[in-house]
Amino acid sequence: MNEDFARRVAGHVPVLRLGDVLLVTLQGDLHDSTAHQLQQDISETIVRSGVSGVVIDISGVEIVDSFLGRVLAEIAAQTELLAARTVLAGMRPAVAVTLVELGLTLPGLRTALTTEAALELLAQPVVSSRSGGRREESP
Amino acid sequence: MPEHESAGALESPTHAVRDFLRRRREQIAQRWADEPLFRTVFTVSRDEAVEAGKLLVDALAQVADAERVEDPDAAGFTEVREQLARMGAARTRAGLSTTQVSAELAALTRPVENLLVADLEQEPSERLRACATTLSVLMGTLRLVAMQTALTEVQALIDRQRLQLLEVATPVIKLWDGIVAVPLIGTLDSARSQVVMETLLNAVVDQHARFAILDITGVPTVDSLVAQHLMKTVAAARLMGAECVVSGIRPAIAQTIVHLGLDLGTVKTRASLADALGYCLHELGANIVNAAPDGPGRR
Repeated sequence: MNEDFARRVAGHVPVLRLGDVLLVTLQGDLHDSTAHQLQQDISETIVRSGVSGVVIDISGVEIVDSFLGRVLAEIAAQTELLAARTVLAGMRPAVAVTLVELGLTLPGLRTALTTEAALELLAQPVVSSRSGGRREESP
Repeated sequence: MPEHESAGALESPTHAVRDFLRRRREQIAQRWADEPLFRTVFTVSRDEAVEAGKLLVDALAQVADAERVEDPDAAGFTEVREQLARMGAARTRAGLSTTQVSAELAALTRPVENLLVADLEQEPSERLRACATTLSVLMGTLRLVAMQTALTEVQALIDRQRLQLLEVATPVIKLWDGIVAVPLIGTLDSARSQVVMETLLNAVVDQHARFAILDITGVPTVDSLVAQHLMKTVAAARLMGAECVVSGIRPAIAQTIVHLGLDLGTVKTRASLADALGYCLHELGANIVNAAPDGPGRR
């Protein structure tokens, strides 16, 4: 199975724009090249359309490794630089346990239970600073 | 086997013992029925004890037939294992220690030996000694099998109870729409915290919980390991999009945590479960207010 074929099968991850928010849905494995392409797509779309938030739905991801963890953290960091907020939505329990066991607690990332909750979270005004990585709390 | 005596000289001691066991099956069983081990286990009727004794003699004869007197895994023993386990369990329930049960099993040897000696009186003394040795080895193996079976039973019981404890000790309670709580009771070790984490995370998904409360009122001590487990659970819940609140930290435990220099800075903590619930409700925008202005103080 050559590289070209693998890329065609995996395809590239679609980045959908919903109003002021970008929605990215990850399914199954994420190949190195696809991940790279995704990071590029997201940052370009943010710059082009000026959205204020990115929701990454990983409810379709059942296996996670340190690579995916790093990719997610990088996406969060780069959107933060572009003044947009990233919310990770729909992580499965097994994936959460694996990430914690790997020591990847993704401190800079906001998280939500479902895509819907993520959109609600992004609809709230920005209150706290970037640090802490916690859900925005009302004072 | 009427021709046995004449052919005996050619037979191995093991087979001689086998023949003896088959010939004297009834008498051995009768004598065993009078021993404390059988008498106390089969209290209902003596016949039952005799039947059980016969089964045991048959098993021994089978093992001797296979020439495997020293092997506790011999096929003949499999059939009586259950019975041995039952007898062992009955004696243990009566409050006997393992040593005492073992002694009672050892007491079974003497009547059989007496019978053997009486039976083979005419045989040359060397042969008699060889047979007696074989028999005592066989009885020793029986004792070993019985003890082995008893230990296996005990181990199975412990395993079962440990599993039950894991299930029982980690209920996830829904306190409100979007708020779940886990009251932790007892010492948190790796295995338990793993179960707690998994059940909590599954509950978060099932109940669409935005808040999870870990109540550690029932945790006797908090050391760095327990704290680490708590932090892991909190981090995993956060990754899933739920906020974790740790409640029920008693004053002594708060002091210990500070003394140990544990950093729970990233974890939201509240003194009691009520405080934690109040915080979560507040965050959800569902505040509880007093109905009467001078009513009892509520959170």
